[in-house]
Amino acid sequence: MSRTPLSQPRRSFVARNPSVLVFLAVLALFTLLVTGLSEGFGVGLISTSFVKTLGKTLTLALVAVAMDLVWGYAGILSLGHFAFFGLGGYMIGMWLMYERTRQIVTDSMANATIPPSESEIVDAIGTQIFGVVGSSEFPLVWAFADSLALQLLLVVAVPGLLALVFGWLAFRSRVTGVYLSILTQAMTLALALYLFQNDSGLRGNNGLSGLQNIPHLDHVPQSVLSIWFFWASAAALALGYLFAAWIVSGKFGSVIRGIRDNEARVRFLGYSVEGYKLFLFTVTAMIAGIAGALYYPQAGIINPAEIAPIASIYLAVWVAIGGRGRLYGAVIGAVFVSLVSTWFTGGQAPDINLGFYTISWVDWWTILLGLSFVAVTLFAPKGIGGLFDLWAGFRHPDRHGADLGPDHGALREKEATE
Amino acid sequence: MSTLLEVSGVSVTFDGFRAINNLSFAIGQAELRAIIGPNGAGKTTFMDIITGKTRPDSGTILWGEKSVSLLKMSEAQIARAGVGRKFQKPTVFEDQSVQENLLMALSNARGPFAVLVWRPAQEDLDRVRDLASEIGLADALPRKAGELSHGQKQWLEIGMLLAQEPRLLLVDEPAAGMTPAEREHTTEILVEAARTRAVVVVEHDMEFIRRLNCRVTVLHEGSVLAEGSLDHVTANKEVIDVYLGR
Repeated sequence: MSRTPLSQPRRSFVARNPSVLVFLAVLALFTLLVTGLSEGFGVGLISTSFVKTLGKTLTLALVAVAMDLVWGYAGILSLGHFAFFGLGGYMIGMWLMYERTRQIVTDSMANATIPPSESEIVDAIGTQIFGVVGSSEFPLVWAFADSLALQLLLVVAVPGLLALVFGWLAFRSRVTGVYLSILTQAMTLALALYLFQNDSGLRGNNGLSGLQNIPHLDHVPQSVLSIWFFWASAAALALGYLFAAWIVSGKFGSVIRGIRDNEARVRFLGYSVEGYKLFLFTVTAMIAGIAGALYYPQAGIINPAEIAPIASIYLAVWVAIGGRGRLYGAVIGAVFVSLVSTWFTGGQAPDINLGFYTISWVDWWTILLGLSFVAVTLFAPKGIGGLFDLWAGFRHPDRHGADLGPDHGALREKEATE
Repeated sequence: MSTLLEVSGVSVTFDGFRAINNLSFAIGQAELRAIIGPNGAGKTTFMDIITGKTRPDSGTILWGEKSVSLLKMSEAQIARAGVGRKFQKPTVFEDQSVQENLLMALSNARGPFAVLVWRPAQEDLDRVRDLASEIGLADALPRKAGELSHGQKQWLEIGMLLAQEPRLLLVDEPAAGMTPAEREHTTEILVEAARTRAVVVVEHDMEFIRRLNCRVTVLHEGSVLAEGSLDHVTANKEVIDVYLGR
């Protein structure tokens, strides 16, 4: 038997990335299951509020995928992606609040003897929205709030533009590693502090509220709306996952992993490392914006506290626990940790009475999370996703068609897998 | 013979230490050149300056027919202009397969958008396979580069350098950690490459340089001490004093 030189022929995207198909199938099954058990469309075993929690979890998984692209693959530990997530939420929240307030205002003015003029309506909306911060004028940032299409565009444009400008400045100066993390965290903090101000134009620390009430859809009960948003979140996660898998599957994936492992070497191959980082940083900021725009209508309220740096740190913790550098790892981490976190902080976890001290999980959960983060970093750097490697190792040896044994009489890989 | 690279009067200082002192150097379009010199002579700094990693304090570096200055270009631009570099310590992307390493080095479009939609054509895969057999890694294409032995990593890096199709190859100690047979093969590859492009080899091993059979530049304390055939420079009194005599 002659040894033929090995070559890897071109295979389809799915054949090269079997995990994508598995992931999409699991996501589709999960979506069907939740729909079937929901109050709106099924037997009602899952409450509407829990459907919302699950829908929110899927959007968190989407932003985790974005984080994994930028951190797990390209090695940029960004502590700013939750700021982009929040900005996406604010952008959609502006339209939701404006349009709903306009509806309420026009309804209340409908019985007036003299029909209200357009400017009277706008003034009334302004008073309604900005009364809490002692103002009634529409700030400049609300210029497009009456248009759903434009606000949807801003959902990706505003985080994208902020990431582009910030990234251009940071990457051009070759800020890397922990210094870049600190810089992104400073950006996040600055943004949050700015939004906390009453004259920021986004209602200060009150934030935007009532976002769960979708304008013109008053007749649709929340139990049905929650499922619609759940579907939208699942679809966004599926598309985002596919897009991310496509990005990392080809040479682009090779280059960004190269940047993570040895930036200088990539430069000497002729790739402009800064351009790649900027591209990835901006694209993932846009994905984060979309995820945020789906999250906050399900949460109902957004305020600057959501953007605080701690949220972005949690995001990094999810990706680390789930497993960096593999997309399903990020999803697993985000889903697992955020659901467990909901359980612990929701007061459902039984307190442990030690006699002299009672461990109340609402307080101790953060400590438990921190300890697991440390443990994962030290003992299981591959995270939960690393468990899949064990399974793949048991299943069959992967020698890419090479001999398994010392000579040609030895077991062939093909035989071993059958 | 027209000049590909012309370095003139370059100096660089690190914290008061003059690593390169008024160094001038030129190499033709298709020429093989060896650079020798004692430790600290500035051999690696010299390569750093050409590839844009280190900016000199003074001097000029002109490149190609149009005499473009390399000093204003970034590392990536210089690499795209046709300068390829092999490091002393083999630096390959250990987390990726040999095939991925070679595909990344192939001379194709380098911009993010072009790379995003790029998928290897059959000719790219053929080229990778040819390169892999030339460097003796044909059976290792799907293996992770991190699994390779030290010598194989050296080979992979040479393969990546060839895949880049540079006009100037800067090779830092290519024969380190190689068996005598592998050294011979390296010599062949370098001599062959120098038929069509410029090759600069930094090496300590005099036997290896003798086999390259080319002009030799001796560096000492950041400037050129002697230049000429190996026999010429080894007969030079100063060279014997600072380098060979020890």
